[in-house]
Amino acid sequence: MKPSDELLSIEKVTIHYETEDGIVHALNEISLTMKKGETLGLVGETGAGKTTLAKGILRLIPSPPGVIKQGRILFEGTDLLSLNENQMRAIRGNSISMIFQDPMTSLNPVMPVGDQIMEVVEAHTKNASKEEMYQQACDMLEMVGIPADRSHEYPHQFSGGMKQRVIIAIALACNPTLLIADEPTTALDVTIQAQVLDMITALKSRLNTAMLLITHDLGVVAQNCDRVAIMYAGQVIELGTLQDIFKRPQHPYTKGLLGSIPSLTKNVRRLSPIKGLMPDPTDLPPGCAFAPRCQYASDVCTRGVPAIYTLSDTHQVRCVLAEQEVNHE
Amino acid sequence: MKLPVVKKQRTLATETWRRFKKNKLALTGMIVLSSLVLIALSTIVIDLATDNAVYNNYVIKQNLRMRLQGPSKDHIFGLDEFGRDIFMRMIWAVRYSLFMGTIAIALSTIAGGLLGAIAGYYGKVTDNAIMRFMDVLLAIPSMLLATAIVAALGTSLTNVLIAIAISYVPTFARTVRASVLTIKDQEFIEAARAMGASDSRIIFKYILPNSMAPLIVQATLGVAGAILSIAGLSFLGLGIQPPTPEWGSMLSSARAYIREGWHITVIPGLGIMITILALNVMGDGLRDALDPRLKN
Amino acid sequence: MGKYILRRLVMMIPVLFGVTFIVFFIMSLTPGDPAAIILGDQASGEALALKRIELGLDKPLLVRYATYMGNLLRGDLGLSYRNQIPVAGQVWDKFPNTAMLAVAGIIVALIIGIPVGILSAKKQYTFMDNSSMVLSLVGVSMPNFWLGLLLSLLFALKLGWLPSQGMGQGFFPLLRSLVLPALTLGTGVAATVVRMTRSSMLEVIRQDYIATARAKGITEKQVTNKHMLKNALIPIVTAVGLQFGHLLGGAMLTETIFSWPGLGRLMVDSITSKDIPMVLGSVIFMAVMFSFVNLLVDILYAFLDPRIKSQYGGPAKRRKGVVA
Repeated sequence: MKPSDELLSIEKVTIHYETEDGIVHALNEISLTMKKGETLGLVGETGAGKTTLAKGILRLIPSPPGVIKQGRILFEGTDLLSLNENQMRAIRGNSISMIFQDPMTSLNPVMPVGDQIMEVVEAHTKNASKEEMYQQACDMLEMVGIPADRSHEYPHQFSGGMKQRVIIAIALACNPTLLIADEPTTALDVTIQAQVLDMITALKSRLNTAMLLITHDLGVVAQNCDRVAIMYAGQVIELGTLQDIFKRPQHPYTKGLLGSIPSLTKNVRRLSPIKGLMPDPTDLPPGCAFAPRCQYASDVCTRGVPAIYTLSDTHQVRCVLAEQEVNHE
Repeated sequence: MKLPVVKKQRTLATETWRRFKKNKLALTGMIVLSSLVLIALSTIVIDLATDNAVYNNYVIKQNLRMRLQGPSKDHIFGLDEFGRDIFMRMIWAVRYSLFMGTIAIALSTIAGGLLGAIAGYYGKVTDNAIMRFMDVLLAIPSMLLATAIVAALGTSLTNVLIAIAISYVPTFARTVRASVLTIKDQEFIEAARAMGASDSRIIFKYILPNSMAPLIVQATLGVAGAILSIAGLSFLGLGIQPPTPEWGSMLSSARAYIREGWHITVIPGLGIMITILALNVMGDGLRDALDPRLKN
Repeated sequence: MGKYILRRLVMMIPVLFGVTFIVFFIMSLTPGDPAAIILGDQASGEALALKRIELGLDKPLLVRYATYMGNLLRGDLGLSYRNQIPVAGQVWDKFPNTAMLAVAGIIVALIIGIPVGILSAKKQYTFMDNSSMVLSLVGVSMPNFWLGLLLSLLFALKLGWLPSQGMGQGFFPLLRSLVLPALTLGTGVAATVVRMTRSSMLEVIRQDYIATARAKGITEKQVTNKHMLKNALIPIVTAVGLQFGHLLGGAMLTETIFSWPGLGRLMVDSITSKDIPMVLGSVIFMAVMFSFVNLLVDILYAFLDPRIKSQYGGPAKRRKGVVA
């Protein structure tokens, strides 16, 4: 990747939640890069640290208990972790914005939706009159397919899908270069999901916005993303293009997610779910976090965290099995 | 069908205690309260054993020569306007506040609990009739209602009890009704009904035991409120009459001598405050222990 | 919105009838012969009997209640037993003083309660939060008549800064005489408001829309004022409204301590002198006022929370901003 293409580079970021019940290792030296305008799918189970990563980029981790232990988050060449609160605020909602999971609870119930959109415009626009800013808010509403004369209505007067459109309008109001969408459709009806996703994709390509799409739905990834990162226990364990991940998955966990692990021993089933649960993030196993659930695990896996193996220009995996694969070729 | 209910209660109790123990403030409140109960019981035992000799000679006996004397080695809380030992009066007063508050709340818990259970269980017209009546009672501020009742019936210990009890009935009726409404459609009630249990059996054996948690919390906080109301009525001269030692009436008579000795004003109020504080922290602790989700 | 208010007003009518009947019934239980109280012990049996008929005491309770209500609707609350002056006039005379005291008490409670509650929630588990929680626990546990005595002991008797008896004439003397009673009445409510505000704020802080607001890049002050506070205030309004009832009850005690010429003191004096019509009139008046305050609170609540407003008045028609 040429450095000029690079929009976001997350380098060995570690985030802990220090709670009464112990330290939650939410992110463990996670690294990830994104190019301008691309859509990166971030896939993982609940508790893998996806939302922590999203909030970490915007520095919205509640503290206490959240602590950013180490790492750098370079956005357009600036380390976000080194900015002060005022500088960070100038970025939030402006060049990086976020869509939250649940549209039902993500809008302020006692504020008209137009005002909620205008607020973000107001925060990042200088030298504009209130009228102009309100007009811009109304334009945004129209852009997401809601008539501007509904701008005075309150969130409870909209359906779930409409609310999510309002949230999209808020997120895109200042033409961000990076949009973080945290499971934007999980809480919606299946029929609405496609509409909302199509809208996000269409708008982002129109505005040339890069998108980090967080989801646990591989179908959504296949339809919307350029590249995919698979997360497990606070780390990216496999990263590649759609082709890499769907056609040539390497990590046993990715294969498990795709439900395509062919049984090597006896009876062949069509779908084989991954047995077991995510490890307790307050008490991660030594070595590879997936080892306890992995049917290929050996002594090597518990000895140390596996290194990242580069399979091709676009495809990387964090699993000792890939070593043999690399050696093979 | 009986087993699960009993078992659930037992685990709830131990689980609650386990969580309650962790809350040091609430635990302190409970210890203070237990000591007060112990003090109150011992004064009763002493009165019975000595045929009121201690009460007559140390609690209500006047000694006008020494009136309004401040705290000293012999009388650690000093003497009041009639030269009575304030420490002894404070000790003997515990039982009035504590037991009257408890009895009043016990009465309104029973009455309110029953009304609430019936309203919630039968629903429809019964519910409407009972709850509209409760709404009317709630529309009168409780202290005002209690004052009006005492004003009409006259100032006696029993009347004060009745007045306070009535003014708290609607609160308990509402609490119990709310929990009955959530419990009554659960499956174990359906099962009991399917097995032919009568309405009263269902209410007493299944519904009430399961709606205990909010009731206990409400009752603990209610006792605190009742003690305050009793003291307030006595302060207005409408509650317990002198020379019977009671914190509110002690404050009431102290008012006339406020210029002459600070101790007769400060000490009785401290007694009330410590008791109420103990009940409040215990009530808060119980609520958090019974329903950890409510805790912030 | 008008429809909602009308509905609430209509719903209030049966409650008011219930309240007046209960109070009337309770007061009718008073032992003793009103005729004897009015005419004195020396009156002849004949005179007493005539007086009883004049007072309508020979009629059944319901008839007496109906007569009383008929008169009440015409603004007549009967005559005082003690000095034969109209009760209604006395009540109207004293009510503004009690209302002034209650409003001052509420103001004290809000000025202390809301900022401390907000700070406490935003700095949860810090020293500031812990100490304000302990203080508010002490505040709710303190009998307000004791606090009143302590305040007058300190500020009136020891320091001599403020008057502790009666109501001053003229603006500044009035204000000075209002300070101690208002503090007495307001402190307990303030403690309740602190606890309510804190828990309500903590509830709101957790909400997703606060994360949305922060992600917009607005200042923390804007997040607090525009997003947290407006939502957190909704339950606080209800709580403060309910506290108003306690203030009316508490006013009796406070007015007695500070010799404040209000309705509560009128009531206590009338109880002592067995002046039943006066007690009845003031209790009914206070209860009715309390119901009206509750109604006002409900309306305010609907005004603050658009979800309730539209439930009754159709979609919100309010037009604000430029697009109109």
